[in-house]
Amino acid sequence: MEEKKSFLFVTCDEAKQICDKSQYGEASHWERIKLNIRLSWCRVTRAYTQNNKKLTEMMKQAKLETVEDKRKQDMKKKLQEEMAK
Amino acid sequence: MPTHQLDPNLWIDKYADYLFNYTIVRVKDRETAEDLVQETFLAGLKSMENFKGEASERTWLISILKRKIIDYYRKINSKKGQAEVRVNYSGDGESEGDWLEERVADNFDMNAEDSMQNEELGLAIEDCIMKLPEKQAKIFRMKTILGYDTETICNELNITPSNLWVIIHRARTALMSCMEENWY
Repeated sequence: MEEKKSFLFVTCDEAKQICDKSQYGEASHWERIKLNIRLSWCRVTRAYTQNNKKLTEMMKQAKLETVEDKRKQDMKKKLQEEMAK
Repeated sequence: MPTHQLDPNLWIDKYADYLFNYTIVRVKDRETAEDLVQETFLAGLKSMENFKGEASERTWLISILKRKIIDYYRKINSKKGQAEVRVNYSGDGESEGDWLEERVADNFDMNAEDSMQNEELGLAIEDCIMKLPEKQAKIFRMKTILGYDTETICNELNITPSNLWVIIHRARTALMSCMEENWY
């Protein structure tokens, strides 16, 4: 007979996804509880969480910016116009 | 023997953000930085014949961009009057000739060590983002750099939230391992 999993159980992949969401403040309260339970015993989830947090910190520290999509399209258009000359 | 080639059709997707981040820390103004990046691509196109293939495409574009930044400061300098800028120059006062170039090459206005380190970190991350598949890079930038909410991205790109999180997960995993290799 298949063992019934607790409603607080999440698989490793689910835990990783919750961890990703929480980097953007989008994990719910329950999801965070489930993640924390898994973190208490799963080394793989712990290592992933640690590296994921590190990436978030680096992104904050680097203060990267990006050119908005609309401006990129304008740039492409101008470049293509020049190439066609 | 030349080992690198130019492909202007891919320049915007591949290098616009990298060049933009290189510029924004030097000119501190979004619009000016975007204009300088745009001018760099156009200048690159005009001088493609001069490309010998010894440097990578990106290094070559950066060298053009550096000159654009110098020109930008020369223009400002001539508008404001040279005295004002010279007062701020931290050199020894005897190197009259190439002072502007020296400052630009030496990270204009960024004397603090941590600012330089943050810039290096930013460019290392950009390097890693550039290696992601296009769609992953785009969604990662929208979510993480532009800070768009999930719903906006899903509506704009016509994907489901679970698609988005799968893509974000792949992007973040690839970035973690790329940074592990290149930064630590």
